[in-house]
Amino acid sequence: MPSTRISQLAVLGIATGIFSGLFGVGGGIVLVPLLVLWIGFDERCAAATSLLAIVIAASAGAATQLIYGNVDLVAALTVGIPAVGGVLIGTWLQQRIPVAMVQLLFSVMLVAVAGLVAFQ
Amino acid sequence: MIALAIIIGVAAGVLSGLFGIGGGILLVPALALVLGLDHVEAEATSLLAIIPVAAVGAWRQKSYGNLDVRSGLTIGAFAAVAAVAGVALVNVLPVEAVRYAFAVLMLYVAWRMASSAIKQLRAGADPALPDGQ
Repeated sequence: MPSTRISQLAVLGIATGIFSGLFGVGGGIVLVPLLVLWIGFDERCAAATSLLAIVIAASAGAATQLIYGNVDLVAALTVGIPAVGGVLIGTWLQQRIPVAMVQLLFSVMLVAVAGLVAFQ
Repeated sequence: MIALAIIIGVAAGVLSGLFGIGGGILLVPALALVLGLDHVEAEATSLLAIIPVAAVGAWRQKSYGNLDVRSGLTIGAFAAVAAVAGVALVNVLPVEAVRYAFAVLMLYVAWRMASSAIKQLRAGADPALPDGQ
């Protein structure tokens, strides 16, 4: 990777991490728009890259929380197993919806999340 | 209540796959309001639940040809470190004031995303097929 590219990715990662740590929002909400609007990824590539970044960041966060004893394993499985089924549907669906339409739906979700962040 | 938690779990997964987010936006309320975890436990448990969801999503995207593995790993590593700084900043910054600024920034980003999407839709050059980068 060229070094400008690495520094771009570093800035993306740092911005994503700080915002998610600060506001308790997931990294994807911050990362996907940055990948689309700044790096020029299409919505599918942005979503794919974001999911992998989330695996790394969430693993680090979850490891810390496991040490603190804040994780309820049964509850994690109760929502996590159905969610794994859901993500198969979601990724399948995403390949069949025009990328621009996915991007439009994402912006609608962003408005909803902005409301949640402001009024929580 | 378990049935409701399962339904919300599926919905969180669909959102995760569709938008490339973790799904915590639905998982945290499901864990707190439906399964009765306190706020800290709900956030922590959601982080653990998200790992297999995002991993399976990334794996599916890889097979659809959309995943740039090195970019994802690089961003994730920086994000993992920066999240610690973000949590530390909560105690330093006037979070309530920053919260509104963040919400306004998200509305601006939503508008930029929507206008670029509408421009693409109008141009019509948008096959619903995996098209790489």
